[in-house]
Amino acid sequence: MSVISRGFSGRGRSDEKLPPGQYLTEDFPVLSAGPTPRVELDRWEFVITTESGQRHVWNWAQFQALPTEDVTVDLHCVTKWSKLGTSWRGVSLDTLLADVESAAEYAVAHSFGGYTTNVPVEDLTDGQAWIAFQYDDEPLPPEHGGPARLLVPHLYLWKSAKWVRGIQLLVQDEPGFWETAGYHNYGDPWREQRYWGD
Amino acid sequence: MVAIRPETATTSTLTLEVPDWPGHRAGQHVDVRLTAPDGYTTQRSYSIASATDSSTVDLTVQGVPDGEVSSYLVGVAMNGDQFELRGPIGGYFVWEPSAVDPVLLVAGGSGVVPLMAMIRTRAEAGSRVPFRLVYSVRDPDSAIYATELVRRVRDDRGLDVSYVYTRAAPPDHPYPPGRLDAARLAEAGWPAELTPLCYVCGPTGFVEAAADLLVAAGHPAERIRTERYG
Repeated sequence: MSVISRGFSGRGRSDEKLPPGQYLTEDFPVLSAGPTPRVELDRWEFVITTESGQRHVWNWAQFQALPTEDVTVDLHCVTKWSKLGTSWRGVSLDTLLADVESAAEYAVAHSFGGYTTNVPVEDLTDGQAWIAFQYDDEPLPPEHGGPARLLVPHLYLWKSAKWVRGIQLLVQDEPGFWETAGYHNYGDPWREQRYWGD
Repeated sequence: MVAIRPETATTSTLTLEVPDWPGHRAGQHVDVRLTAPDGYTTQRSYSIASATDSSTVDLTVQGVPDGEVSSYLVGVAMNGDQFELRGPIGGYFVWEPSAVDPVLLVAGGSGVVPLMAMIRTRAEAGSRVPFRLVYSVRDPDSAIYATELVRRVRDDRGLDVSYVYTRAAPPDHPYPPGRLDAARLAEAGWPAELTPLCYVCGPTGFVEAAADLLVAAGHPAERIRTERYG
């Protein structure tokens, strides 16, 4: 039961594209728990590790040679802002996982700087996730996760790990940084899964 | 809401009595949800300003001109009004009174709010851990908690506060107005050799710049915790 806030009328009646509790922003706010890592492209590497310990490694040049996709997606941050129609270029996780032999159901994304976040493998495949390296036709700026970030737009944005350096495939779920600090393990904005207990 | 007091021309502290408040940790925030008579609701996050052992919860809110929730909280809300709160939230940008490392707090504007909760909690807990606050504001009138900070510094040898004025400095201030830079941070902060725990809070641009300065000064990234807004 909601408490009516005396004298509050509110402004934006929500766009039907917005998940519950979100408001629209035209900016692109930045949220991260620490300093922005600066990652040199000649040291950049993206590694998929399977549950049996097999490693699939791409350096920047090899990664850039993969087929890319241009996607326009809506972003929903757990801090309540949503930004609609954002344009990205990246490599689909379907492409990266194509030659990876794995039966793992869970994945943890690891970032330069030590950030981690867990995502079920079924949420990374079938055209739902990318390793994005361009935003609005420009190289992805460091504060937004450049050189490359995970993009899983159907989950709250903390799942779209900035400065991503690899994905570890696991047979058991392993909660990441925010997931062990009070935030929801799955993070579906349409079910408003913000925090533990949602 | 049981009290509201202005802090600056645009910022007020709201004191809330929260039934069954489970207690919070210094640095955590709450979500405030407002509901209009037609059922429209919207929510925003606000940092808790009060010490962890307080029986009420203080939120210091800066009203921003087009802020749907903040302009209501600082301009319309009155004593006796009720809000829905969710929280406390956040398990990383927190300081525990049991910690013994020196602490460097770096605040930009209203980013001082969760850091003030740490300063107050430290005092309430009787912690002797050395704290330094480097507080960047536009001008003297924009400084939140200015009077309380003067009193706390006077009474507490373990707390040090330095201001960085970006637009206008008071006449007796030793530096002309300007942004926080490496020299000011080196003078007012802690050297990296002391391995302080650093908390940086403020607008995105400020936090990016301050955290970069700390990294450049040799502070390991894992000792720098940031909270950005706006």
